[in-house]
Amino acid sequence: MSKKQQKVLKRIVVALLLLIAVSILDALVEMPWILRLALYLVPYLVIGYDILKKAGKGILKRQVFDENFLMAVATVGAVCLGDYKEGAAVMLFYQIGELFQSVAVGKSRKNIAALMDIRPDYANMMVDGKLEKVDPDDVEIGSEIIINPGEKVPIDGVITEGNTTLNTSALTGESLPRDASCGDEIISGCINMTGMIKVKTTKEFGDSTVSKILDLVENSAMKKSRSENFITKFAKYYTPAVCYGALALAILPPIVRLFMGSSPMWGEWIIRALTFLVISCPCALVISIPLSFFGGIGCASSNGILVKGSNYLEALSATKYIVFDKTGTLTKGVFEVTASYPENGFDKETLLGMAAYAESSSSHPISLSLKKAYGQELDLSRVSDIEEIAGHGVCARVDGKKVYVGNMRLMQRENLTVTTEHKEGTVCYVAVDGTYAGCIVISDVVKPTTKDAIAGLKKNGIKKTIMLTGDANETAQRVAAEIGIDEVHSELLPADKVAQVEHILNAKGEKENLAFVGDGINDAPVLSRADIGIAMGAMGSDAAIEAADVVLMDDDPAKIALAMKISVRTLKIVRENIVFALAVKAVCLILGALGIANMWVAIFADVGVMVLAVLNATRALKIRA
Amino acid sequence: MKKTYDVEVDCANCAAKMEEAVKNTEGVKNATLSFMTLKLKVEFEEGADVDAVMQQAYKNCKVVEDDCEIFL
Repeated sequence: MSKKQQKVLKRIVVALLLLIAVSILDALVEMPWILRLALYLVPYLVIGYDILKKAGKGILKRQVFDENFLMAVATVGAVCLGDYKEGAAVMLFYQIGELFQSVAVGKSRKNIAALMDIRPDYANMMVDGKLEKVDPDDVEIGSEIIINPGEKVPIDGVITEGNTTLNTSALTGESLPRDASCGDEIISGCINMTGMIKVKTTKEFGDSTVSKILDLVENSAMKKSRSENFITKFAKYYTPAVCYGALALAILPPIVRLFMGSSPMWGEWIIRALTFLVISCPCALVISIPLSFFGGIGCASSNGILVKGSNYLEALSATKYIVFDKTGTLTKGVFEVTASYPENGFDKETLLGMAAYAESSSSHPISLSLKKAYGQELDLSRVSDIEEIAGHGVCARVDGKKVYVGNMRLMQRENLTVTTEHKEGTVCYVAVDGTYAGCIVISDVVKPTTKDAIAGLKKNGIKKTIMLTGDANETAQRVAAEIGIDEVHSELLPADKVAQVEHILNAKGEKENLAFVGDGINDAPVLSRADIGIAMGAMGSDAAIEAADVVLMDDDPAKIALAMKISVRTLKIVRENIVFALAVKAVCLILGALGIANMWVAIFADVGVMVLAVLNATRALKIRA
Repeated sequence: MKKTYDVEVDCANCAAKMEEAVKNTEGVKNATLSFMTLKLKVEFEEGADVDAVMQQAYKNCKVVEDDCEIFL
């Protein structure tokens, strides 16, 4: 509790004790009204002086329709009509409610701040031969920083010395630690767990992952959802409307009664009007809705899902179509050897070895994946006479044998009979000393979670999943069948993707949203065109992350279903609060106008509803997968 | 030109009123106040004197909600 809150708490306790004492005294001893008033005024003023002061200031500045004004009028009115105890009690409960709200909001602010506690405070740098803690902002690109076990990685960079395990859970929600060693890229916000490492920074602090994430989350609360805007607008008209309603309630019925010849009962109607005012306070609505959204966004970020605004969290719940980019989104975007077919007496090991040696000097992705699949250190003295044959492949001498590795055209050029034929992926044909030795298939691998992710989306009410890719139709169809995607559009150029998405956007229903999931630079236009753009954060290009509305920090497509779940639950909480608060208020307002609800019911309608709505809103923070 | 300020305000409805007051200040193109993060983001008109505009915005906020603070 802050100092301000503690002070209010003390006043509440004092006023409560005083009020109880005065009530007991009042019940036991017969007193003249002036003495009773004086006694009740003590707790009333202890608890309400600031409200009265604020209301007075408000009137002077002609800002009359605020809460303080409502409370001041209602309680002063009650006191004037002789309900001293009610007047003091209403003020007391109002303050209790305000304090509760302030504590609850402060607590969820803190909870979210704790979730986002990834801001590094310092970086260790060697300055004049001494290790010093410097402000991460002052570290230039290319500097060498030292990260001890237990410290946060302050700036993005590459490890130059040491091995360690990293805890990336603050960034990605992934609890499994990741190993990192010399040469690996490392992103800020991770926690170094086991070993000391030296890192050469590749970015400034301001451009580092951690700064970007913090910036993004802080700004997310600025983008308000439609529900929030609705409530703000609603409150703007609601408060004056209720005030005039109360005024009418106090004046019109007595006048009508006067004309009808019966007693006007001014006191009764003024009390009803005051009750009406107390009930009407719009705070429960105004506070609980942004609180729910903020909780939802906080919950998402602790799971490695960054949502850039409440409006996007809201839109996500209505998503019915999801369009995926294939490479890097559904698949790893990294080429791996997925199959090898040796022929003519060769075994797999020799086939891969020959290919890896022949390709040893190249850094082409295909050569790299061959070397990775071979898995052994290459002894470069075994290979000589490497010759690249443009558009065909390479030829080299390995262990004295003439080896050709390349495409079908290379085999045809060398007059070799290829006995195996594969259409999927990229195929490397290998020949040794004039004999066809077999082929190796290299293709992009589907992420392990993709299939479950698609199934999970279906369960969450997605109508159709669509995959867009620049790949050949056969590869695309095979991947689609493997992971269970509904519709495939293949052999697309980047510009075609926008056209395809436009097409689906036009075909879908008004209230159905379309999400696009992608990672590449050329996905940026589609990401901004779709109702919701979802980018892969770890692999994704900066342009894609910039253009997207939701960023998945660990590139796991399964997180999309989780994001939707959080979104749907948050929206449900928001709707519950709107309906609950409005319904209770409406019923109480009517009862108040009819004279059935007294001041105590009014206090519940104001403070009670707010407390319940705030408690309900804080549930959004705790949504589990 | 955009700038972010820390604010202090106790109720959500008051925050909404402050936002409106800042928005209606001359020289301010747009403004958003998040009650949850207690941050006020102001987008200024081209060529506006930021300090003067914010002084005025602060005064306007004080009118609608006396119990508020903008840390300029």
